[in-house]
Amino acid sequence: MSDQELYQEFIIELYKNPLNYGTIEAADYKAEMYNSTCGDRVVIYLKVKDGRITEAMHDGKGCAISQASASLFTEHLKGKTLDEAKKLGKEDVLGLIKLDLSRNPTRIRCALLPLDALKKAIKEEKKG
Amino acid sequence: MYDVDKVREDFPLLREKVNGKHLVYLDSAATSQKPKQVIDAIHHFYMRSNANVARGLHKLGEEATRQYEEVRFKTKDFINAKSEKEILFTKNTTEAANMVMYGWGMKNIKEGDRIVTTILEHHSNFVPWQQLAKMKKARFDVIDIDEEGKLKEDELDKINGAKFVAVSACSNVLGTITDAKKICKLARDAGAVSFVDGAQSVPSMKTDVRDMGCDFLAFSGHKMLAPFGTGALYGREEILESMDPFLYGSEMIRKVTVEESTWNDLPFKFEAGTPIVADTVGMGVAIDYLNKLGMDNVKRHKEEITAYALKRLGELKGVRIIGPKHAHQRGGLVAFELEKVHPHDIAAILDDSGIAIRSGHHCAMPLHLRLNIPASSRASFHVYTKKEEIDALITALEKVKAIFGA
Repeated sequence: MSDQELYQEFIIELYKNPLNYGTIEAADYKAEMYNSTCGDRVVIYLKVKDGRITEAMHDGKGCAISQASASLFTEHLKGKTLDEAKKLGKEDVLGLIKLDLSRNPTRIRCALLPLDALKKAIKEEKKG
Repeated sequence: MYDVDKVREDFPLLREKVNGKHLVYLDSAATSQKPKQVIDAIHHFYMRSNANVARGLHKLGEEATRQYEEVRFKTKDFINAKSEKEILFTKNTTEAANMVMYGWGMKNIKEGDRIVTTILEHHSNFVPWQQLAKMKKARFDVIDIDEEGKLKEDELDKINGAKFVAVSACSNVLGTITDAKKICKLARDAGAVSFVDGAQSVPSMKTDVRDMGCDFLAFSGHKMLAPFGTGALYGREEILESMDPFLYGSEMIRKVTVEESTWNDLPFKFEAGTPIVADTVGMGVAIDYLNKLGMDNVKRHKEEITAYALKRLGELKGVRIIGPKHAHQRGGLVAFELEKVHPHDIAAILDDSGIAIRSGHHCAMPLHLRLNIPASSRASFHVYTKKEEIDALITALEKVKAIFGA
């Protein structure tokens, strides 16, 4: 895809009006990921009950691709068990944003930032 | 009369197409393009003169050494150093800063000493000193900027009582040309050693280290039309004499026995191992090229383009320009924000039009934190930049605004 083709209406719409944007005060899992090349930042917050994700939020600032991906990804996480969430990979996220990024390797990193944050949250930052 | 079209003929890459569009290269602060004279010089070196330097007692070795050492004299004259012994070849400004940090800093900075730098620095002139301060339990003070991105006058007092002062002569984000001469004077009066980062200033204006009064000045060749992996650290002879080597090995020694070693004279004491010969010869040709254009003309041209960019960007609704208002207070670059659009998206859409700019924090995270912005976009110019390229930038930014409804 040419770069311009990436900026489809739904991406711009999610960038302007993101889903699940904000913080969870008493998050059970939380992690921040930073893409130091371009300055994207995504923070993922999860609320988990009986091993199942009941709430998923994100905040931070970044490019349209990373922010749209975070909206779609948090939406996707709701209702999943932690075990299911752990198994999510690159293809799942790219499937959610429905963009062919095979020729845009730097943008793949943007799209995968929320996934990286989730992995970090589950792995390192279990609280209380 | 500066003929930019004629200059452009020397830069083969500027004729290339990107994404089917004519390349508009506005990322020269990251690295400059290279004239064919420089590219040819590297080719010729390997075709005709390739041999190791300062070793072989054969004709070819002598010729390679002659060409390599000639660049030292050209570099000395280019920045008006007193002696060629004061020119140490390095691979870039970062390496030069580390040479000073290890060679001078580790020996001279003690617990409780004060190191002073500024908030507008590139990481290469920030992290080495921050880490030196940590290692030596020294204090690390940072001079702040005002709203226009200039160093705050009253904060220069921090130099009083400092042991080491590091400042950039030109910011790679704000474009601010600092008063390095004044800062070096304040440092000298305080008995401190001064280090000037010339990575952006040396390619943009005439540099005179003796007039500036710095103890050290570093710059990279690749930002001034020369090949990657080239650059120099200037150090005042007395201070270099007092310093320990940072890299040990061949070339930097005088005599080696099983028990001990003694060091070679300046500048070789600091140049261990086989150097980057062909590319340094290329840097010599880049210096010739810049001298032929005349650094005053280079400065005037960059200033003219910068003034035009400031004007055009300033007219675009939603654009916020970061840094000094006037072109003469800047090196050849303009960083900006576009309301509601992340810099990465701007760069990506511009790339579709064949326009190369930089987006991100430009290796200056402390500055972006200070400005309270996650990232910025930067257009930067050089001897070959045309006004039409600024027009292309503006047209493409209008397209970005249309896509984002901004």
